[in-house]
Amino acid sequence: MASFILSIVTPEHILFEEEVESIVVPGALGYLGVLANHAPLITPIEPGRLTIQKSASTEINLAISGGFLEVSNNKATVLADAVEYADEIDIERAKASLKRAKQRIVEREEGLDFERAVAGIKRAENRLKIFETVAVEHR
Amino acid sequence: MATLRDIKRRIRSVRNTRQITRAMEMVSAAKLRRAQTRVEKARPYADKMQVILDNLSAASGTVTHPFFAKREVKKTTLVVVTSDRGFCGSFNHNVIRRAEKFLSDYTPETAELVCVGKKGYDYFKRHDFPVLFSLNDFAGNLDLAKVRRLSNEMTTRFIAEETDEVYLLFSRFESISRHRVSLERFLNIEQEEDADAGGSGVNYIFEPDPVSIYDDLMPRYAMMMVQMALADSFASEHAARMIAMGGATKNAGEMIDNLILVRNKVRQAAITKELLDIVSGAEALKA
Repeated sequence: MASFILSIVTPEHILFEEEVESIVVPGALGYLGVLANHAPLITPIEPGRLTIQKSASTEINLAISGGFLEVSNNKATVLADAVEYADEIDIERAKASLKRAKQRIVEREEGLDFERAVAGIKRAENRLKIFETVAVEHR
Repeated sequence: MATLRDIKRRIRSVRNTRQITRAMEMVSAAKLRRAQTRVEKARPYADKMQVILDNLSAASGTVTHPFFAKREVKKTTLVVVTSDRGFCGSFNHNVIRRAEKFLSDYTPETAELVCVGKKGYDYFKRHDFPVLFSLNDFAGNLDLAKVRRLSNEMTTRFIAEETDEVYLLFSRFESISRHRVSLERFLNIEQEEDADAGGSGVNYIFEPDPVSIYDDLMPRYAMMMVQMALADSFASEHAARMIAMGGATKNAGEMIDNLILVRNKVRQAAITKELLDIVSGAEALKA
């Protein structure tokens, strides 16, 4: 199958830069798939699951917390705020931050940034969900 | 002439100092390596974001975002990035001198100051230039929550028209021995004027549409700019401290060598004097 180059970059490092066959990305308007020779595209990414089909038999799953996707010249770049491989998700940390964010909303903390707290809940829930679904699929 | 004991004490004290400066040098070297890789690793992200922004500007034409707003300048904000701690040679001095030069064109009514790092804050507090607020205790580590706070604070003030332009003043990291004080325009963000010049000429599909992408992109872009500036400044700080401490260690070594020479001379003089005493005492007895 035709392939293209995918790179996933975060403010901290380049996480991934390899040839892949297809990716499925949580775009602003819902999940979208990208195959080789896709038309040039720019779209924001929502928190969700990023699936990479490296070859017919290898699939890689990641949890992404938001960012951008840019596709041009048979090259896709994911600019991620934060991204982890599904099996490397820190479950304890995600649980803790979920609890913290919920508590903030319940207690109506002074100077609460409501949007940020909600976004935090979304991110943490996303991590937990992906960790679980991927674990189930692998069983 | 100093007594033998004084000199010995002096040597011991300089030795201790040398041990400390040497430790600080090594700590800074380790921190520098970390900071340097962070600067380098953040670059692809920044570059790509710039590409997206350029393409967006080129394609969106008349669509703009509040961060681009160019207004008549009534109030200017200067963000001065210094270190929290000293012992880094002329690092802070250079930044502060540049800030003074910048501020000499303004009055407290037309400019406001935001300090990152205790050194800058302490200086301007003493020198009667009002500091709007300051962010300290980074201790040379990038704390993303603080970066976000700084970026959000600036963009909110800019959109609320409490300030009309924001500059970042920081040390740009060029190499270990070279860091240049650099003044960068933060807000308003300058957009490619000529729609054709920006962008790579690729016809992008924007999903959902350029306006909503701007809304998502611009806060991240602003944060990225602040983050890059701070990362550069931290790397420069560690490099400056490493070099300053390396110099101090060398100077301490020279001082010890000199003191050892003096000590030996003094000790020799004492021995000679004692011998003389004994000899002349024996001579006296014989006579």
